Amino acid sequence: MSFMGFSKVVLKNLFTGPVTERYPFVPKVYPQGARGSVNIELEKCIFCGICQKKCPTAAIAVTKEPKSWEIDRLRCISCNYCVEVCPKKCLALDTKYAPVSTARSKDMFKAVQSAG
Amino acid sequence: MSERTIIPFGPQHPVLPEPIHLDLVVEDEKVIEAIPSIGFIHRGLERLVEKKDYVDYVYVAERICGICSFIHGLTYCMAIEELMKVQVPDRAQYLRIIWSELSRIHSHLLWLGLTADSFGFESMFMQSWRLREQILDIIEETTGGRVIFGSAKIGGVRRDISSVKMDEIMKKMNVYRKDIAQLCEQFMKDQTVKHRMQGVGLLSRADAISLGAVGPMLRGSGIAQDIRSTGYSGYDRIGFTPVTETAGDCYARCMVRMREMDASFVMIEQCVGKMTDGPIEVKVTGNPAGEFFMRSEQPRGEAIYYAKANGTKFLSRLRVRTPTFANIPPLLATLAGCQLADVPVIVLTIDPCISCAER
Ligand code: SF4
Ligand code: SF4
Repeated sequence: MSFMGFSKVVLKNLFTGPVTERYPFVPKVYPQGARGSVNIELEKCIFCGICQKKCPTAAIAVTKEPKSWEIDRLRCISCNYCVEVCPKKCLALDTKYAPVSTARSKDMFKAVQSAG
Repeated sequence: MSERTIIPFGPQHPVLPEPIHLDLVVEDEKVIEAIPSIGFIHRGLERLVEKKDYVDYVYVAERICGICSFIHGLTYCMAIEELMKVQVPDRAQYLRIIWSELSRIHSHLLWLGLTADSFGFESMFMQSWRLREQILDIIEETTGGRVIFGSAKIGGVRRDISSVKMDEIMKKMNVYRKDIAQLCEQFMKDQTVKHRMQGVGLLSRADAISLGAVGPMLRGSGIAQDIRSTGYSGYDRIGFTPVTETAGDCYARCMVRMREMDASFVMIEQCVGKMTDGPIEVKVTGNPAGEFFMRSEQPRGEAIYYAKANGTKFLSRLRVRTPTFANIPPLLATLAGCQLADVPVIVLTIDPCISCAER
């Protein structure tokens, strides 16, 4: 009777509609706390470079002069370590992933205006 | 006597999720011998330990395997904790068990899909991966990652699960448990499945011991050896008995995994019941020194981590013996004498994970 067992599943599936989400027509909702991409609040950053030192994949580059904070999104593994160690709590992990890129580029944040 | 031919199987093959190459020596349709070659995806992760400090290496250890990632990271952490004599808080230990068992369930569901697919049972593949997706959602909600949990750390865990969240999860888990049990029943009672699996790929009890089989491969041959019964990471505090089957064929190995999934649900329930509030990590300072062997039970069997530290930030040696590597000799023994059409099924019932075998 095993044949009948699987028919039950087939029938159920026929009447419950698709399981997959209708992306991109229905936007994807990420759960709270999902590890997406790293964001920085540049006003709070003191450019101490701790995040750069601790990042396991060396994705972050911080320079004191000129004040800049740079991240290579393709290197970042969204591990949350930089967020944990930042003394100013200016880093945060967004739940969304970084947008798809076609070229290897880095996201540079400069604090020249706010410093000057 | 008919002529002998060598048929290459893999490294690229429709049923293989990962690259292993077998040279099958066949006579007509019968496999006489299988000669393996591995090493297609060696990444040199053990050597990396000399360049990454021991805290950062947790991230690398987790990436040794893409399926049982959490338990790899956990075993590494436990080895370092033993070297540094760190006592992990109770709550962290229970959380570690919960995540270990969740990864066991998702790994077994993945395996069930692939195995069903290996003999053309496509709809079972879809069904089991659909259920797996729900388990992955729970993992993402609690750790932030779907496959790479990133929640183990030396001295404890990185994230806590609130009691509200835990109740929510347990409600969902009760439903999933029934769904999975139903799916397993349908799979195991199916005539075709029985036909393709019963009596195929026999591994006797004596062979399982002498060839060093581990995990469901070993337990499917009637030997009750499961590293979780040594009580690492708080497994001694929850009731645990290894799941065994005696037939030693592909069907028995499937049965072991199916019953293990159910046992995992029970264990998670027990952990949630026993968990008390408290810290989830202790601060770890200093550097490890000495050497230690850590064993853990992964979905595929026993993994061994050997760590040797010299009192600096960098370990001097890390050796990982993964379960798939240990299961290759028994696999070759079971392949000898089988029908060519049964090769994919037999290969898949060891649940091969080649990328972690080659690291
Ligand atoms: S650790 Fe924080 S404050 Fe320091 S450089 Fe990085 S982001 Fe800025
Ligand atoms: S999340 Fe991890 S990998 Fe990404 S920048 Fe931060 S520390 Fe580096």
